[in-house]
Amino acid sequence: MIIPPEAPPQSEIAASCWKLIFVSWLIAMLATLGSLFFSEIMGLMPCELCWYQRIFIYPLAVILLIGLHPLDTHVVRYALPLAVIGLLFTAYHSLLFYGLIPESLQPCRQGISCTDDNMILIGFLPIPLLSLAAFAVITILLLKVRALARS
Amino acid sequence: MKQSHFTLIALLLMVIAFVAAALFHDSGQKQAQSERATNNSAALIKDYSVKTGNPAAKVTIVEFMDPACGTCAQFHPFVKQLIQQHNGKVNLVVRYLPFHQGSDKMVGMLEAARKQDKFWEVLELMFASQTQWTINHVAQPDTFLGFIEQAGVDIARIKQEMNDPATTKIIQQDMADGKLLGADKTPSFFVNGKPPSSFGYKQLQTLVESEVSANY
Repeated sequence: MIIPPEAPPQSEIAASCWKLIFVSWLIAMLATLGSLFFSEIMGLMPCELCWYQRIFIYPLAVILLIGLHPLDTHVVRYALPLAVIGLLFTAYHSLLFYGLIPESLQPCRQGISCTDDNMILIGFLPIPLLSLAAFAVITILLLKVRALARS
Repeated sequence: MKQSHFTLIALLLMVIAFVAAALFHDSGQKQAQSERATNNSAALIKDYSVKTGNPAAKVTIVEFMDPACGTCAQFHPFVKQLIQQHNGKVNLVVRYLPFHQGSDKMVGMLEAARKQDKFWEVLELMFASQTQWTINHVAQPDTFLGFIEQAGVDIARIKQEMNDPATTKIIQQDMADGKLLGADKTPSFFVNGKPPSSFGYKQLQTLVESEVSANY
């Protein structure tokens, strides 16, 4: 069900779907630019788990934008699996970061440790938690879009 | 406002914010870097460091390098040319940052060759043949030993002296000094203690030329 964005009068459902996808896209973009800022500008090397999260956030920044112009709620079909898989990685990463999973289980043997101190931004913002929040919010918003589109 | 305008504005704002943050971060880094170099000038040159060129030259380039680093190999002819061009006004000090795996052994060979007065011959050969003795950024010292004789060294002595614990100490000191000075990549240059404005041939050349004209 493709609804042209310029078709007046736009149904309310389509308008709220657009907003939800737009916010998801904004979050994906911020996460993409943010992660690139950490690695390319600040020179923080991404740890192994960070790489997997990058794999699942970067396509979202593109796919969600395509779903916005013109609005295509089918984008959820393609975006939601990425968001959910990313969410699983961030959940695992956060558990590791806060020591809720013992060190010996963690897969980061070489390179930058996934529990390193340099994961804390400006003193209090841990990168794994930011990533978890981004994937969680995107997942929730996309689920909302799916529910709206079905109704 | 049309939805497409909304998206476009959001996209633009994000890109502008990214570039602005990058520029801001960069200028802060540059300042911190030059302050670090000024505050730790004693870490630039050690008595044991390899030096070349006129000892009385008033302009000194300190190069932190890694024999297994591809960019160092590419920079090498350029640095040599910079020193030759300035007829005794510029000299060079070499410090080691063997970041690549196995590269500490390459430094061991360089230090052993130095005892035979063949440091530069071996370094030139290393850089020229680098692709043959590095596999996936890992140095293969044994491969290089296979043709080190081309540099005119006594290979038996090299093998005997390349694992000298004194070299390990030199590497540790160089790495510690590099860290202190903010030299975290290879090659990293300091000209009379000042880092170039950014990484590149041109920037290094400009800095050397400005130091030459300021000191002569």
